[in-house]
Amino acid sequence: MSMHLPALQVIIPLLLAAVIFLFNNARIAYIVSVAASWLCLAIAIQLLLLVNDGSVIEYAFGGWEPPWGIAYNVDQLNAFVLVIVSGIAAIMFPFSWRSIQAEIPASLHVLFYTALLLCLAGLLGMTITGDAFNFFVLLEISSLATYTLISLGKDRRSLSAAFQYLIMGTIGGTFILLGVGLLYTLTGTLNMADLAERIGPLQASRTLQAAFAFLVVGIGLKLAMFPLHLWLPGAYATAPSVVSAFLAATATKVAVYALLRFMFGVFGADFAYGEMHVELMLVSLALVSVLFASLIALLQRGVKRMLAYSSLAQIGYMLLGIGLANVSGLTATLLHLFNHALMKGVLFLALAMVFYRTGGSSMRHMSGLGRQMPWTMAAFVVGGLSLIGVPLTVGFISKWYLILASIERGWWPVTAVILVASLIAVMYIWRVVEVAYFKERPADLPTVSEAPLSLLLPTWTLVAANIYFGINASVTTGIAQNVAQTLLGGVQ
Amino acid sequence: MIPLDQLLPLAVFVPLLGAVGIWLFGYAPNIREGATLLTSLVLLLVVGGLLPAVLAGERPTWLLVEMLPGLELKFVLEPLGMLFAGVAALLWPVASLYSIGYMRGNNEQHQTRFYLFFAIAIAASMGIAFAGNLITLFVFYEILTLSTYPLVTHKGNADALKAGRVYMGILLATSVGLLLPAIIWTWQVAGTTDFAAGGIIADKLGGPMLTVLGFLFIYGIGKAALMPMQRWLPAAMVAPTPVSALLHAVAVVKAGVFSVVKVVVYILGVDTLAAAPGIEWLLYIAGFTIVAASTIALRQDNLKRRLAYSTISQLSYVIMAAMILAPISIVGAALHIVAHAFGKITLFFAAGAIYTAAHKTKVSELNGIGHRMPWTMGAFTIGALSMIGVPPAVGFISKWYILMGAFQAEQRVAVAVIILSTLLNAAYFMPIIYAAFFKAPAPGDQQVHGEAPLPIVLALSVTAAATLILFLFPEVPFALAQAIGVQP
Repeated sequence: MSMHLPALQVIIPLLLAAVIFLFNNARIAYIVSVAASWLCLAIAIQLLLLVNDGSVIEYAFGGWEPPWGIAYNVDQLNAFVLVIVSGIAAIMFPFSWRSIQAEIPASLHVLFYTALLLCLAGLLGMTITGDAFNFFVLLEISSLATYTLISLGKDRRSLSAAFQYLIMGTIGGTFILLGVGLLYTLTGTLNMADLAERIGPLQASRTLQAAFAFLVVGIGLKLAMFPLHLWLPGAYATAPSVVSAFLAATATKVAVYALLRFMFGVFGADFAYGEMHVELMLVSLALVSVLFASLIALLQRGVKRMLAYSSLAQIGYMLLGIGLANVSGLTATLLHLFNHALMKGVLFLALAMVFYRTGGSSMRHMSGLGRQMPWTMAAFVVGGLSLIGVPLTVGFISKWYLILASIERGWWPVTAVILVASLIAVMYIWRVVEVAYFKERPADLPTVSEAPLSLLLPTWTLVAANIYFGINASVTTGIAQNVAQTLLGGVQ
Repeated sequence: MIPLDQLLPLAVFVPLLGAVGIWLFGYAPNIREGATLLTSLVLLLVVGGLLPAVLAGERPTWLLVEMLPGLELKFVLEPLGMLFAGVAALLWPVASLYSIGYMRGNNEQHQTRFYLFFAIAIAASMGIAFAGNLITLFVFYEILTLSTYPLVTHKGNADALKAGRVYMGILLATSVGLLLPAIIWTWQVAGTTDFAAGGIIADKLGGPMLTVLGFLFIYGIGKAALMPMQRWLPAAMVAPTPVSALLHAVAVVKAGVFSVVKVVVYILGVDTLAAAPGIEWLLYIAGFTIVAASTIALRQDNLKRRLAYSTISQLSYVIMAAMILAPISIVGAALHIVAHAFGKITLFFAAGAIYTAAHKTKVSELNGIGHRMPWTMGAFTIGALSMIGVPPAVGFISKWYILMGAFQAEQRVAVAVIILSTLLNAAYFMPIIYAAFFKAPAPGDQQVHGEAPLPIVLALSVTAAATLILFLFPEVPFALAQAIGVQP
């Protein structure tokens, strides 16, 4: 059984998605989804423990040895991402039941859980697969499920947001497919490990460079790299709250992982940095998105949209870490995959609770809530502090390594941008805090009570994680540092 | 008897436990206040229990947690930290007593929240005092900023909100924008952030870069209110007076200058820093701040604002003393932390007493008030004498050592600044005392009030007495100050 763990990681949610659709009962769908998410987390943790010594699990699907069959490879890097994705799912799926009652028509609940499980299966699959084409297939599964999830939102604008994402996402997917196709014509294989070996002598090939460009841009679209980010704010702001929370915490993380996997696992650090100088592009784009997304976040009236722009800035931090091209920088990126999932998870879940009680999540809906929903707002404040990077929260750990990396490089302007963006984050988070704690509740809005325990419990689990991994970051940092060293390999 | 190294973390956890108690007993004000007083007394015992050890040259250590590989949160007991912790622990019970009188006397709202965050702020101060490395210091420094925010904005009105923005804005901008990169830079250069006698930079960084690092540190510690980072301090005066008294005259601002001295002595190193080109500019800026803040204080009619500018000026005494970079001036800096704490808390207590009894906030309204409130104004006089630096108040001793250091290092600018500012201090304190005792009350001033409530009078008498006693018996703080930076 345990030898089939890599396959089960993806097959469980994939199969159960079909099963709940057949049962066509919302409550069963919910229970099965939660069970699936917990199973996935258990498997992911088991996998991480197996590979934590630096070993690699190679799994040939259906017994077909690669390069003929599809291979799933688990190493420390993707086991870490698997834990992030399934961990977030395990916390947010239980949360979803109450939350969607208020936001999605009852007739669509089964569909919601089917799409959610498919999305999870796709994300986990993209992470675990060792096959470039299989990666594309799973990407499409997760993307299609995501479009569905976003369009389920009550807000009618979610339809156009979903459509916009569909167009952009399809373009991104096509670019990825083109890149994979070019690699196949060049090397005759789709297995990532094989690809990495055969690419070695072809460094100067124009085709290889084109493949690299297609893949980076395609993945860049999926992870909302500036200026390919236009789909993200609309999608996050109008999707049902729990969907925004789940996507913000997982989808872009997997895209960043994919970028890392292709850059380092397939093309190799020497090619990416030495031949293509991808760091120049990454650093400049990242700086723009860190600075401008933060500024735009400051101007938003809808808190969800504000958090969406803040996510763009945070994605910028992750790209910046890759662009800094040293061990500390990559460590920061990897840590931030985990840490950002925790902090944005809390913030979006807190908003979901506000929506559940007040029917909206604009600044106006939040005024005076500090008194009426103390636990919800306290969670929001902790999430916000983490986002700012206050010590004893996970955000601080990421910031620490990112700044360290920029200082090691001697790139002072980069340090300055990181710090300025942190201060802008103080401003946009504090706007919400002031509204919630100092403003009186508008007379036309109903007095509300604290969110139910079934919503508070998952949220506060994430809050606790934010603090625990902010105080005792040795485990996460240890993994991230190990992976960063492996990825960079020979470089420097 | 609890072993010493376990007493160390207790200093942080006792106030935190107290905070939990305050929260739990929020429904019963008498039990809640009892919890505050009891906690403050237990803390005093804990900190007092550490004193003999540090005087005997022991340096117990307590490892809290390894935050990152090679980066630990840990506490180390050393003389400078002991001095700061001792001051805060001594004054907390007095300030609690005062708070009870003040908060009840003025019928303030949300008292549970007030005492809760007050206790957390004290815990954070203890964490700063006993921090064993820069990262621990930074962590508690930020906790102190955040936990005092609800205290500054206590009134919840538009003024409080605005003041809160300035407060958080400047303190977070400096600490995140300057102090954090300075700490990370230090870590990158030295491979550690542990405090060590003689500093950890030594020959690892030199020339102009060292000067830049020095500036990053001193300006990054915004709580030290070196100009132009001083605006948060007058803004914070919208807080209830006990907050201004303990936090913005003692804990928060002292955390600032304490961190400055700590960084100069244990991170940058006095001798290393002396070789940095242009570092004397920090001394000049501190000198400028002393004079400029005193001049502004002269023109403030609001009593608390006048005291706030006086605080800014006095804080820069400590920074200037540290930047003279002579061993004897470091002693002066450390002593001034103690001296100013007792003097300034007395002054703020008196300002709060006047507000509670007479509802007056302006200097110009105080004519003849000394006859109505003799205890209050008597204590005020002693506090003012200490600020000016006149015997028999403890302010004289610290000023003496700073002056000696300035002469020894032949820093004529510093000597001139001290003389000038002494005159200015006298110029903005003496008129208040004169008016209170010798001017006739303004016509129409009813003066129906008497002394402030008993807890308030008791508290300010105690601190005024302490100001005198410390002048007569300065042995303990002096012994601690002399042990700073000396390898045990």
